[in-house]
Amino acid sequence: MPIAHTDRFLGVYLPSRYEDIRAIAYDPEHFSSRRIFVREGKRPPLKSPPITSDPPSHRAERKILLPPFTPAAIQRLEPRARALCRELLEPLSGRSACDGAVDYAQEIPARLIAHMLGISEDAGDQFRKWVRDSFEHSMTDVSIVQRVVAEVSAFFDEEIARRRGARGDDLISYLLHARIDGEPLSKEHINGTLRLLLFAGVDTTWSAIGVSLWHLATHPDDRKRLAAEPQIIPTAVEEFLRAYAPVTAGREIVKETELAGCPLKVGEMVLLPFGAANRDPEIFPDAERVVIDRAENPHAAFGLGIHRCIGATLARMEMRVALEEWLGKFPDFALAPGAAVEWSTGPIRGPRQLPLTLGAG
Amino acid sequence: MNVLPKPFAGPADLTVRINRKRCQGHARCVAIAPELFEVDASGETQELRGGAVPPDLANKVYLAAANCPELAIDIVEAGEQA
Repeated sequence: MPIAHTDRFLGVYLPSRYEDIRAIAYDPEHFSSRRIFVREGKRPPLKSPPITSDPPSHRAERKILLPPFTPAAIQRLEPRARALCRELLEPLSGRSACDGAVDYAQEIPARLIAHMLGISEDAGDQFRKWVRDSFEHSMTDVSIVQRVVAEVSAFFDEEIARRRGARGDDLISYLLHARIDGEPLSKEHINGTLRLLLFAGVDTTWSAIGVSLWHLATHPDDRKRLAAEPQIIPTAVEEFLRAYAPVTAGREIVKETELAGCPLKVGEMVLLPFGAANRDPEIFPDAERVVIDRAENPHAAFGLGIHRCIGATLARMEMRVALEEWLGKFPDFALAPGAAVEWSTGPIRGPRQLPLTLGAG
Repeated sequence: MNVLPKPFAGPADLTVRINRKRCQGHARCVAIAPELFEVDASGETQELRGGAVPPDLANKVYLAAANCPELAIDIVEAGEQA
């Protein structure tokens, strides 16, 4: 049976085949984005356009976000990303052990998104706390979401007020000046989109960088090859994204339909486990093997259809630069003996603690 | 379900077309074959030079199509209907 179901989390279906996951992602008529995460309990609907939007409003809300995330725009951020990685690696010099998730992976996206928002990079600590509360700790306690949203909204209200007088070259200023049909965005719209930019770019990329380091720490042949041939890092990044896709989003079933012969109940959720789609042997030959130079890799780690991740190019750049800089500094590393790797829970999957030994040892 | 295009037997007179209805701007094609595709300032992905593929880029255009998550890249051989 290709589709599983649980009564928990207010009722959730779990498809596992690429074909089914793709069909859901392409069908916003039956599968709405107004709820995208499963939780144990109802919470008031919160809008974070465009991720929580459906057609027809989705199109314009998404379009305004495209320019700051084009390959050319992301390329301009690369020097900052590289410098940031070096700043994080510097204090690890001469050390024989570190935590690849805590000391490195978690810092990169939180600091870079703060930089893009025009906020002190030190706010990254606060960002990570909000993100972990809302994605990991709130799955069984929805009241946490309300608290975090109130805190984040107050934080952005202050940042918006600061920019009313003088426009900066940052994403908050960009949104303050964005127009849809000639009209500025509402305060709720701006705040919701900022919440999305903050939440979507932090633990996702943190997980992707962390799991890449975990893979290399546990697969010495791949590690040696990437250290010796850094030009294949971009291809390896795609394979890490395929094999360890960090994000499982969901949709709310809003119109009676069926999937692979399975009737779906209106009001329940259906998960989009992109990581399962990426390991479907119908689509990916040798799907269970991680092949760091896999040439044909149309994986779905960033989603499919109208909601594909707008930050995909940013995430790819962060992963590539993070691995280039790490392997340049530490071509030799391994999982610490007896290490307890701690993995996240919730819709975003990646290592939260990754004890490593550094050096040839 | 077969999502990968068939590899080409050899170099031919090729044209590449982005299927606008399918393209979602992942920009994999731009990363793989920047000689053939670009993302403009508004975020739209475009073919360069009207989609003409020089013979030495036949393999790259094939890889661009094979890595498109939306299956939005069509490669047309001369004489074939688009």
